[in-house]
Amino acid sequence: MDPSAVVEGFSVVLEPTNLLFCLVGVVVGMLVGVLPGLGPAATIAILLPITFGLEPVTAIIMLAGIFYGAQYGGTITSVLLRLPGEASSVVTVFDGHALARHGRAGTALGIAAIGSFVGGTVSVVALSLLAPLVAGFALDFGPPEYTALALLGILLVSTVSSGHRLKALVAACAGLLLATVGRDSFTGAARFTFDNLSLADGIDFVPIAMGLFGLGEVLHNLEQRHRAVQAPARVTDVWPSRADLRASSGAIGRGSVIGFLLGVLPGGGATIASLAGYAVEKRRAKEPERFGRGAVEGVAAPETANNAAATSSFIPLLTLGIPANATMAVIFGALLIQGVSPGPQLVTQHPDLFWGVINSMYVGNVLLLIMSIPLVGLFVRIVRVRATILAPITVLITLIGVYTVGNDVFDIVLVIVFGALGYLMKKLGFEPGPLVLAFVLGSLLEDSLRRSLIIFDGDATGFVTRPISGTLLAAFVVVALLPLVRALVARRRSPAAELAQQR
Amino acid sequence: MTVEPGTTAPGTAGGDRLSDAVRHEVEAEHEGRPPRAGRPTDAVVGLAVVGLGVAALLGSLALGVGSAAAPGPGTWPFLVSVVLVALGLGLLALTGRTHDAERFTRASVLVLAGLGTMVAFVAVVATIGFEIPSTLLVFVWVRFLGGESWRTSIVTSLATVVAFYVVFVGLLAVPIPHMF
Repeated sequence: MDPSAVVEGFSVVLEPTNLLFCLVGVVVGMLVGVLPGLGPAATIAILLPITFGLEPVTAIIMLAGIFYGAQYGGTITSVLLRLPGEASSVVTVFDGHALARHGRAGTALGIAAIGSFVGGTVSVVALSLLAPLVAGFALDFGPPEYTALALLGILLVSTVSSGHRLKALVAACAGLLLATVGRDSFTGAARFTFDNLSLADGIDFVPIAMGLFGLGEVLHNLEQRHRAVQAPARVTDVWPSRADLRASSGAIGRGSVIGFLLGVLPGGGATIASLAGYAVEKRRAKEPERFGRGAVEGVAAPETANNAAATSSFIPLLTLGIPANATMAVIFGALLIQGVSPGPQLVTQHPDLFWGVINSMYVGNVLLLIMSIPLVGLFVRIVRVRATILAPITVLITLIGVYTVGNDVFDIVLVIVFGALGYLMKKLGFEPGPLVLAFVLGSLLEDSLRRSLIIFDGDATGFVTRPISGTLLAAFVVVALLPLVRALVARRRSPAAELAQQR
Repeated sequence: MTVEPGTTAPGTAGGDRLSDAVRHEVEAEHEGRPPRAGRPTDAVVGLAVVGLGVAALLGSLALGVGSAAAPGPGTWPFLVSVVLVALGLGLLALTGRTHDAERFTRASVLVLAGLGTMVAFVAVVATIGFEIPSTLLVFVWVRFLGGESWRTSIVTSLATVVAFYVVFVGLLAVPIPHMF
């Protein structure tokens, strides 16, 4: 790691514009986390047109702020209203809301804010140390390694998505096919363009992401009957007592490590990290029955873990150029739009961007810690803004925003088509995440595969005999077959054995 | 969503595990959503996936699949479509055993109406500018899709479009087609 580049990164962050957009990002992120309905991926997608006018580093600092800011915001509504704004805050509900019912909402929010700060910061430090190493290692990667890595990444993301695995894989295949639309980069042949001039250069990432994540989600929410929001618990006494801090310090430490590790894995990320953090604390606890009835560790662990994971999930993107989850796929798209292709060369070719974005997370976490506690009251009021009013404004931002990207009405048509597709997908149990991820990786995957085949002179065993691509492909096979094996084992096992397993 | 204290507390009674507690919480979030779809929907979805795969397969063959040593423009789409057909057949085999599709209900008409407003918007925006279609779009969503009062609907739609005009035309000078 080059120390001067790291210091340089801080001076990038401290430029007034970048500080301002870091603040904008974390505030928007917190708002999004508070408001149920739009997730961070959707918000980042909708804001993509804004990033066109910005410097690459400023744009990514803001988008990153939205992502980790959302993890903070989701906590507030989980604790006070039992409404997890984000999937990664669902487990926080158990103990967070129980604490709020006992009049200790402030303690829960305070512990969550401190845990989030520690988790986020630990993760940034580890990211600073580890990312250059990974990038250095990946510099030797050739087309076969990238083929294997991209395949594994897409499979892992499809495996852990919330819907059925087969459906997630269908979505991923659809994304790979969409990426082939347009001119073939090897032969120049027009593929799947149906003689439409607007499709000749392929489909842009922006209308796909804005349509599938943004419009799709808004349309899907139209079918939901809205329930009245209950009056939130009063928030007093935000600073946790020393006893609470002592009780949760272990949970915060373990949550940081768990979150960091799970965030790095493709397909991991904040939601799984929060679950794992909670499960570990409950298993370790001397009195596990306290969990679900207002144990501070039950708030500290998942909230620490989800922030640590949100931060560390930048590692695969910034070092390998492989997004680890749907939100990272959108940020990947934003980088491509800026003319920056993320990968192992990023740290050497764009050190200001690399370290600027990483170091902005220190600043962003401090901003979040400072703001989250005094602004709780404001955020609680924002939850009352009705979806019926937010939805059309979101639609309008999307329709006009996508037009501003290329001043082309065809982009509005595309975003509506993908909005309808996104709605149908969510309706029928297909997550749009794997599609978008596969779409952004599609051309890299195809290029690497074709280059590899040419290198190997058509002998596909070349993938297996190279150590790194062979290992990655072995991992691919294991991940692909694991659920089948598990299903077979479960069928054979007698019910008694299953019962014993559960205990 | 009112939940009695302790009803979903994980680990309070024997057998209920963290995953069940999470599922319960997620289902509570989905309260107010349409019911699950039945077997016909599953079958249609499976067939649609197979159909998409076959169409892409034929398209790839037409592009020229090439060989392993000399991949053509159709090689990669061919491989993906083969996987897609296999996945579609897998979904067909699972008909009735997946539980993540929702039924289309009367509420789905709202979605069609919402899409209709967007189609109308894009049809006229290039000729008459964004102001009038935007006002109408917001108004229809707030009043008819959202069921808010006439006053709220009129105020929201006008205020939104004025704000958009100030930001996009006034401040950012974006070349969006506008009338005024």
